[in-house]
Amino acid sequence: MENILEFLSQPWPWYTSGILIAFVMVLLLFFGKSFGFSSNLRVICAACGAGKHTKFFDFDWRSQTWNLLFVVGAILGGWISSEFLTNGDAVQISQATIQDLQQLGISAPDSLQPDEIFSLEALFSVKGFLIMLIGGLMIGFGSRYAGGCTSGHAISGLSNLQLPSLIAVIGFFIGGLIMTHLLLPFIL
Amino acid sequence: MKGLKFILAGILFGIVMSKSEAISWFRIQEMFRFQAFHMYGIIGTAVVLGAIATYLIKKYNMKDYQGNPIIFTPKEMSFPRYIIGGIIFGLGWALTGACPGPMAVNLGYGYWAIAVAIVGAIAGTYIYGVIKDKLPH
Repeated sequence: MENILEFLSQPWPWYTSGILIAFVMVLLLFFGKSFGFSSNLRVICAACGAGKHTKFFDFDWRSQTWNLLFVVGAILGGWISSEFLTNGDAVQISQATIQDLQQLGISAPDSLQPDEIFSLEALFSVKGFLIMLIGGLMIGFGSRYAGGCTSGHAISGLSNLQLPSLIAVIGFFIGGLIMTHLLLPFIL
Repeated sequence: MKGLKFILAGILFGIVMSKSEAISWFRIQEMFRFQAFHMYGIIGTAVVLGAIATYLIKKYNMKDYQGNPIIFTPKEMSFPRYIIGGIIFGLGWALTGACPGPMAVNLGYGYWAIAVAIVGAIAGTYIYGVIKDKLPH
């Protein structure tokens, strides 16, 4: 048992992840549902009563409770990983990325996330707080505008060979490249 | 309990995403800098296998566990909403290094800072819902 835990505590190679993400997508299809995370954000707005004033949120959100449970599971999964399945190693990113990021003032990884952005100390600075808040706003606004996020478009949509999903994924990359190469040097 | 299977599927997703480092800001930066295959391998494998599964489900008219046909709703064709919405989403994705799924996983992992991004994402969704009819779709 201990050997198994030790084995699982190493970082998992990309193909295990790809296989299991596809498995989760298919699992949800056989549960009669579809794989898509960002719709939960709309469900949460509706559950908070946004439907009283705004038509977009006036729908039977209770029929989507299954998806909220899926989110609860994802949170629990993250907790299980950090509590039982980690050896505390730093992310093994490429040397080129480490060098690029150091020029932006982000030190080499010593865990999964950069302290400069994810530590509580960073969060309680104006810049760190705004990075999270504005980043989140764009993710919420953009995913609903585009009708889905990475799971709904890049995984479910592309798997179903949907042209709209391909357009959305191209948009994700245009936005990501603009942020990474043009804006981050000024923000960080 | 009927909902348990969704929680279990979510747990599997959360473990996979964190153990393959797909929830890491560093990995997303590496992806947008084209400096490693890792994230492309994850997304690529998932899409290829997902496409094969979707094809087989359609071809053999497979049913879900309750015996209902598995239906795929085609996305409505348009250009502006997908490209503009996609770009805005991508800006946020590269900034926080997390999309909605990994946000939840990060929270569970103990990166509390992501809670602010989650609140932001809910607020962003709300703003979209309010001004939706004024936007080009």
